[in-house]
Amino acid sequence: MRHSVSNRLGVAAEPLIEWTIRLCGWSAIFFVFAIFFFVFREGAPFLFGRLDVVDFLTNPNWRPDSPVRVQYGVLALIAGTASVTALAALLSVPAGLGAAVFVSEFCPQRLREVLKIVIELLAAIPSVVWGFIGYMVLNPLIIWATGAPIGINILNGGLILALMSVPIIMSMGEDALRAVPDTYREAAIALGASRWQLVYKVLMPAAKNGLLAAALLGIGRSVGETMAVLMATGHAVQIPGSLLDPVRTLTATIAAELGETVEGGDHYQVLFVIGTLLMVMSLVVNVTADLVVKGMRGKQNG
Amino acid sequence: MADAAALAAGAMTDHADTRFSAGPVERRKRTVERIAATLLGVVTCSLVLPLAGIMGVLLTKAWPALSWSFLTQNPQDYMTAGGIWAPLVGTFYLVFISLAVAAPIGIMAGVYLNEYASDNWGTRIVNMAVVNLAGVPSIVHALFGVGAFVLFAGMGRSVLAASCTLAIMTLPVIISSTREALAAVPQSFREACWNMGASRWQTIRTIVLPNAISGILTGVILQVSRAAGETAPILFTGAVFYVATPETGLEAYLPYGLWDRCMALSYHLFTITTQVSGASEELSYATAVVLIGLVISVNLLSIGFRAYLRGRKRW
Amino acid sequence: MNQQVSQPEAPHVAFRDLSVRYGAKQALERVTLDVPRHSIFGIIGPANSGKTTLLKCINRTVDFATGVKLSGQVLVDGDDVLKMRNLYALRRRIGMVFPLPVGLPLSVYDNVAYAPRMAGVTNRDELDTLVETCLRQAALWEEVKDRMSLLGTKLSGGQQQRLTIARALSHRPEILCLDEFSIAVDPVTTMKIEDVLVELKEKVTIILVTNLVQQAHRLADHVAFLNNSKLVEVGTTRHMFSETPREQLTFDYVRGHFG
Repeated sequence: MRHSVSNRLGVAAEPLIEWTIRLCGWSAIFFVFAIFFFVFREGAPFLFGRLDVVDFLTNPNWRPDSPVRVQYGVLALIAGTASVTALAALLSVPAGLGAAVFVSEFCPQRLREVLKIVIELLAAIPSVVWGFIGYMVLNPLIIWATGAPIGINILNGGLILALMSVPIIMSMGEDALRAVPDTYREAAIALGASRWQLVYKVLMPAAKNGLLAAALLGIGRSVGETMAVLMATGHAVQIPGSLLDPVRTLTATIAAELGETVEGGDHYQVLFVIGTLLMVMSLVVNVTADLVVKGMRGKQNG
Repeated sequence: MADAAALAAGAMTDHADTRFSAGPVERRKRTVERIAATLLGVVTCSLVLPLAGIMGVLLTKAWPALSWSFLTQNPQDYMTAGGIWAPLVGTFYLVFISLAVAAPIGIMAGVYLNEYASDNWGTRIVNMAVVNLAGVPSIVHALFGVGAFVLFAGMGRSVLAASCTLAIMTLPVIISSTREALAAVPQSFREACWNMGASRWQTIRTIVLPNAISGILTGVILQVSRAAGETAPILFTGAVFYVATPETGLEAYLPYGLWDRCMALSYHLFTITTQVSGASEELSYATAVVLIGLVISVNLLSIGFRAYLRGRKRW
Repeated sequence: MNQQVSQPEAPHVAFRDLSVRYGAKQALERVTLDVPRHSIFGIIGPANSGKTTLLKCINRTVDFATGVKLSGQVLVDGDDVLKMRNLYALRRRIGMVFPLPVGLPLSVYDNVAYAPRMAGVTNRDELDTLVETCLRQAALWEEVKDRMSLLGTKLSGGQQQRLTIARALSHRPEILCLDEFSIAVDPVTTMKIEDVLVELKEKVTIILVTNLVQQAHRLADHVAFLNNSKLVEVGTTRHMFSETPREQLTFDYVRGHFG
């Protein structure tokens, strides 16, 4: 075989191409650490210097601008995040998994295609639009329905977050159900199971890892959500007493206050510490969901 | 004999043959199934219908303000009037630059992970890193952008810094969807090429990538809609409340350079809804509708593209 | 003809004390074997006896497996393949056909032109001639000559297997290895391919791994019998299938008493 010049050049350039590709591959891990590093770095001096970690986590008073006594307690903010996420999870996990079951097992084929497209479009709606819907549409609706003085509160935020999480839970849940081998279905039907029995007794136990991971990721998204809660839950930093109380989440606090801080100042640094906290929380959720899914794959191969 | 024949004839026309009709257990199973199906169907519809309702409300309230001049005019009177041209341009810049950065890196990273990396602890860490990068809350991306691009890299609050931040946000998903697209190409093709003396890169270049490019493109297109809609990552890295634009001239239509701060459609929606008093409701609804329309059209494009590709399968 | 004359010339491929391990599993244990030039060399044995591994060592595609350890020598024309650096050139000297037919998702023409193009051939006439020659040698030309732009993946299984052979021939190999080529292919195609192999052995050394003992009997000039990663016996076909091979195991396997 004759070797053309261009081919020889191509062969010589190949290690270069391969090294570029290799570098890009390692860039992903570089960026994860970079994110952690840079966020941590901005808040580190305060974290290791003057921050009383116990007080930070247990003090319900968040008063960064107080002229009298500045306090950086995030308990109320954690309560805000927790309450909205809990409500969202309560609504979205059953609804999302139920919809997953419906679309995967009970739905006629044509309808399934349409629904899947609708769900995909829903998942694509940006969070600021959801926040807008909460602020402009749900707000008056809640005031009208419950007689509360303001319509932006836990209820509003929880509903919006639920609507945002359902598409994720539904599509991941559907994937998990579809991943159950057909042999399971065939065996159950051969034994005379109805579709419901098939789902309840065979498919859901078989897919439980994937379904759990779906729920976890939906919840994870709620925890990390910023714009929607910023607009829909209000601005009151308080530990809530009822669903109709406005709250402020960890994420919204950063978004609302960072712009007004002095770069390098205490308030600025504390917000970065909160960012680090959020990052750790989302890491935990993601790693758990990942391990749960791996557990599923391990079991199915064994 | 005649009795037997009569019996047989009777059996064939007898619709109440009890051997195949449902007994009580059967009937209960079927009722439960029907209830379950209905309940689940109701749940699913209860998700879809209110949303249709909301979209309807949005569209009706936005209608008066939607017009061609709305799209092509800049905001005026401290954003209580005018259009959304400047934010649209800003969003376009941000999306274009962030994807110009993220797509090549992400695609090559995906190629590395699926085609070159052997299965050892190093690769497993990289995989975990990609998954975790995808789950980072959007506001943390903003913090990272401030710490890394605005401050450390000295870009200041600018289109560049905001685009880089968005690039880091879209990177992991591009990597994952590239890997999926590559993994869909059967391994037997690669082995056939290797056995003929083709190198790994030659095989990737001639067989693997051309057959995976469509899946890769779909993944990238989806990130376009995400980059256009995200607000938090650009909050402190480059997006601003308001950029004064001249009435006429090129600057009216291209108001930003790489190092300037910019307006963006997503952030504009936020400010016009919550921070600006005196803006008519229609203006904010119209902005929301334009943003939703943009995002949905891009997604429909990718869905249509996928459907087209499925018809053109080459193996 | 080559069978009757004793072989003073050097073997084309020689295995010397070759051992291969995939992690903890021993795939081949100290195999020593000579493959004479321009003949069909059959390798028989039950599943998992190491036959495929033996082939993969010749063109170093065994390297792609994870955790593989090799020791010994594999000599092609005297050069130890295990120490070679330019593996691409090595693989072009060896054609490989797998059990499952593989048509690349390119046109039939591009399938066969793939290897020459990767090696740098760009002249259209040269490629045309090459493609036609290889397709004819693989007994596929008549069936595809008017449909050269058809996607390789859309051919039937038997056609795809012959396409694989045409691809294997397209880089002008000195050695053609076939690993159980007929298991996924219909009997008519099998016959066609067997005729092809008999014709080819004048120019190319053919190593035929098969678990169809009768196929080895039909085609091979020499046969090696592997069992449980070890070489049990090697000899001319006549000897191996006779009433008195050296090993009882050979006698039993060849008659289907196990495997």
